Amino acid sequence: MLLGLYNYWVVVVLMMVGFYIVIAHGNLIKKIVGLSIFQTSVFIFYISMAKVDGGTAPILAEQVSQYSNPLPHVLILTAIVVGIATTALGLALVVRIKEAYGSIEEEEIQNKDNQDC
Amino acid sequence: MAIAFAIVRMKDLLAIAMLLGIYGLLSASFFVAMDAVDVAFTEASVGAGISTLLMLLAISMTGRSEHPSRHKPLLALAVVIVTGSLLIYGTLDMPYFGSAEAPIHQHVAPRYINDSMQEVGMPNIVTSVLASYRAFDTFGEVVVIFTAGMGVLALLSVVGRPEDASKIDSFNNSMHEQHLILRIVTKMLIPFILLFAFYVQFHGDFGPGGGFQAGVIFASAIFLYTMLFGMSTARRVINRSFIEILAASGVLLYGSVGVVSLLNGKKFLDYSVLASDPVAGQHLGILLIELGVGITVASVMVIIFFNFADRRGFTQSKESKDT
Repeated sequence: MLLGLYNYWVVVVLMMVGFYIVIAHGNLIKKIVGLSIFQTSVFIFYISMAKVDGGTAPILAEQVSQYSNPLPHVLILTAIVVGIATTALGLALVVRIKEAYGSIEEEEIQNKDNQDC
Repeated sequence: MAIAFAIVRMKDLLAIAMLLGIYGLLSASFFVAMDAVDVAFTEASVGAGISTLLMLLAISMTGRSEHPSRHKPLLALAVVIVTGSLLIYGTLDMPYFGSAEAPIHQHVAPRYINDSMQEVGMPNIVTSVLASYRAFDTFGEVVVIFTAGMGVLALLSVVGRPEDASKIDSFNNSMHEQHLILRIVTKMLIPFILLFAFYVQFHGDFGPGGGFQAGVIFASAIFLYTMLFGMSTARRVINRSFIEILAASGVLLYGSVGVVSLLNGKKFLDYSVLASDPVAGQHLGILLIELGVGITVASVMVIIFFNFADRRGFTQSKESKDT
C-alpha cells in the first residue's frame, strides 16, 4: 500500500540532495546548481501530482475521455522559464563577486571582508 | 537521481555543468511519461540547452575547480536527514500516485477539461489555461522574466565598447577559421531552427508549444550563431538597443491587450471583446499574448547571453592588459 507514495519519496530525496549541496558546499556556483536541483524536485512534485492513471496528455481529441490535470502543467511550464531567468541573475551576481573578490569560495570571501574592517 | 548524487561528489565544475544538462534531459523525458508534453518541451530546451550554456559561460569566467573544504558536512547531513524524514512523514497523508480521486483533480480542473472547448475553442487545454483562464498569472511571470533580464543587464553590462575591440575581433576570426564544418552545418541548420520556433509559436493552440518554448528555441538559434561567428558579427545582426526595446515591447503588447479589453468595458484580459464572436476573440487574444510572451522570452534570453559573453570578453581583455 505504502508503495503508492513512491513519487513523493523520489521528490523528497532529490530535494534533500539539492538542500545538502546548498548548505554544505562553499562554492557559489555549486550552490546555484544545488538550488536548481531543489527547483527541479518541486517541478517533479507538481507534475507527478497531475498524473491520472489511464489519462493522456491534456490535448482534446476524440475517443479520449480521461486526461491528466492541465493546471499543474501550466504552473510548471512558466516556472521553468522563470527559473532559468532567475538562475541567470544568480550567475551574474556570482560573476560580479568573482570580479570584486577574486574568488567564489564563501570562506575566502568572508576572510577578505574581515581583513578589510 | 544517480546523477544528482554524482553532482554532490564532483569537484570539477565543468563536469557538473554537463551532468546538469543530462539531468535536464532526463527530467524532460520523465515529464513526457507523466503526460506533461508542454512542460517536457520547455524543460528539454531550457534545462538541457540554455541553462547548461549559461553555467558553462559563468564557469569560464570564474574558474572550474571547487575548493575541497566544506563547512561541517556532518551537521549539514544531520539537518538534511531530519528535514527529509519529516517530509516523508508528511507524505503519508498524501493521495496515492495516479489516483483520480485526489483533491487536486476535483477543484477547477474538470471545468478546464470539459468546458474549455466551448469557451476558448482550443484543443490544447494547457494553452487555453495558460493564456486565457490564468492569463493574469502568466502576465506576472512574463514581468518577472523581464525584470530578471534587466537585472542581468544592470549587473553585467559593459559601459561602452572595450577600447581594444579590434583585438577581440581578430581573436574571434582566428578561432572561427578552425571550425569550417561546424560553421557550414550551422548555417544550414539555423533557418530550420527559426522556422521550427515559429511553428511552435503559432501551433501552440493545437499541439504542445507556445510562446515560452518558441522564445527559448528562437534564442538558442541566435546563441548558436553567436558562438560560431563571434560576438561582433552577432552584434551587427542584432543591435543592442533593438533587442532591449523588443523585450519591453513584448511585455507592453501583453499588457495592452488587457487594457484594450478594460477600455471595452470588460475585465482585464477578457478577450471576448476583441472580435464579434467570443470564441474568435479568444483566439485573437491568445495569439497576441503568446506573441508578446515569445518576443519577451526570446529577447531576454538573448540579452542575458550577450551580456555574459560581453563581460567575458571584457574581463579577458582586462587580464591580458594586466599581465
